[in-house]
Amino acid sequence: MSSNTVISAQDLSLTFQTGDGPVHALKDVSLDVGKGDFVSFIGPSGCGKTTFLRCMADLEHPTGGSITVNGVSAEEARRNRAYGYVFQAAGLYPWRTIGGNIRLPLEIMGYDKAEQARRVSEVLELVDLAGFEKKFPWQLSGGMQQRASIARALAFDADILLMDEPFGALDEIVRDHLNEQLLQLWDRTDKTICFVTHSIPEAVYLSTRIVVMSPRPGRITDVIESPLPKERPLDIRETPEFLEIAHRVRDGLRAGHGDEV
Amino acid sequence: MRNLLPVLTIVTAILVIWYAAAVALNAQWVRDQATRAGHELSLPALVEATWSQDKPKLPAPHQVAVEIWQTTGAMVLAGRGFSKRSLFYHSWITFSSTALGFLLGTALGVALAIGIVYNRTMDMSVMPWVIASQTIPILAIAPMIIVVLNAVGISGLLPKAMISMYLSFFPVVVGMVKGLRSPATMQLDQMRTWNASPAQTFWKLRLPSSMPYLFTSLKIGMAASVVGAIVGELPTGAVAGLGARLLAGSYYGQTIQIWSALIMAATLAAVLVGLIGLVQRMTLRRMGMA
Ligand SMILES: Nc1ncnc2c1ncn2[C@@H]1O[C@H](COP(=O)(O)OP(=O)(O)OP(=O)(O)O)[C@@H](O)[C@H]1O
Ligand SMILES: [Mg+2]
Repeated sequence: MSSNTVISAQDLSLTFQTGDGPVHALKDVSLDVGKGDFVSFIGPSGCGKTTFLRCMADLEHPTGGSITVNGVSAEEARRNRAYGYVFQAAGLYPWRTIGGNIRLPLEIMGYDKAEQARRVSEVLELVDLAGFEKKFPWQLSGGMQQRASIARALAFDADILLMDEPFGALDEIVRDHLNEQLLQLWDRTDKTICFVTHSIPEAVYLSTRIVVMSPRPGRITDVIESPLPKERPLDIRETPEFLEIAHRVRDGLRAGHGDEV
Repeated sequence: MRNLLPVLTIVTAILVIWYAAAVALNAQWVRDQATRAGHELSLPALVEATWSQDKPKLPAPHQVAVEIWQTTGAMVLAGRGFSKRSLFYHSWITFSSTALGFLLGTALGVALAIGIVYNRTMDMSVMPWVIASQTIPILAIAPMIIVVLNAVGISGLLPKAMISMYLSFFPVVVGMVKGLRSPATMQLDQMRTWNASPAQTFWKLRLPSSMPYLFTSLKIGMAASVVGAIVGELPTGAVAGLGARLLAGSYYGQTIQIWSALIMAATLAAVLVGLIGLVQRMTLRRMGMA
């Protein structure tokens, strides 16, 4: 574990006791995430991606191994508000406006009024929702709601961003656009990002490292370092380097699955 | 006003049935009178008679309407709108214990619901008692409450309000427990990721989520409070209140008085429940949830 390791998992295991017997959601997972890394988690449904992310966020308690975030336990990191978490569903409060929803964590964390207002308009700008501050969630499309929920996770000073399939429900074009913006944001803010996705191109386009996982029990089968430069226009996806990494990810998924994906 | 026609249709149907029932129920007495006096009754005369008795088994709607007018509007016109004979006065008495009981019941219900949601021990232990409390017939314990409270020197408004409270806290507990538990697991997880305190989670998530449930419960609780207030007036031998009017009416066979008190009570309940509906609509609209 080097000095700039932000998240470090050692032999992490999590077994859910269910009515049909134990489910090994994670088994002996070890991974170090460095400061400023953009790590994507990819793998078939049920391989423990969400569970892994929830362990980092102290929303799930591992049954074995250890995990540290910013050098302290996941629980302490959560108490220090070390990360922003973007859930699969936007989960905006229907009784709060978009602005009010983004202000929610700021209120909870005790930012003053002026600072709240400044940050709300700043992050709304960032996700292209300027002018929607006073609208209620039901007045926005699903994609806009998801952008608002990302804005909410960006509004406070957490240098880790945990995202669980944030763009899963969005159409291709919006997704491309948000991927581009996310990269710019990551470049500008130097945040460490853990990103769960089902899409190989998305994983390859965004990440500095791609973690391939496989189910039953949930484990890491491959970690691929991306040689792509930090500067990534959208059409980098047509270059041979890009296609080669995508190919490796696909192979990894196939091997982990034991058959065709 | 789209739904005026169906409403009027139903009202007309009720009135027709009511008049017919008045004829059917009161006819026997009219016939007996006629036989005793020894003269024949034509059908129109019979019908006419059944609708104009002093102490009918079932008074006709217009008789009740006249009685209500004489004890409300007419008295107001005569400048005695709040005399002890006016239904406004009796409604006010019933309303005051309804309102106090409703407020107490709502406070108790919300407090119990918060306890049940936040405290495991209360969750396991309180709910069975709350349910058991409602299986006891209120008519059986109302006199006991009044007598016991009287014995310790509490009389007047409070004992009656206690009965309203007893009936109205139940729907509030049930509704609020459901409402406070209505946030999705994901929303609660989200609060955890922000390291929100339990108080913040309560004020910013659980309480707002529970509002639709609260208002539904309040409506049921309000109707129950009116019933409680009236029931509370029966065993006290109270001289004032719609319950007292009902009791006095039944002592002296004054069915018209009974029915006018009944209709007044129903109107009171409808107005109060309607008021809550109004507050509900305004609140939920302001919250963007309507
Ligand atoms: N709370 C829970 N109780 C019991 N089993 C659970 C629970 N949460 C997850 N699991 C199980 O753990 C395994 C991993 O689930 P997880 O949600 O982490 O998968 P995932 O990789 O995120 O899948 P997806 O791509 O479909 O989101 C699954 O088999 C799932 O059924
Ligand atoms: Mg998942």
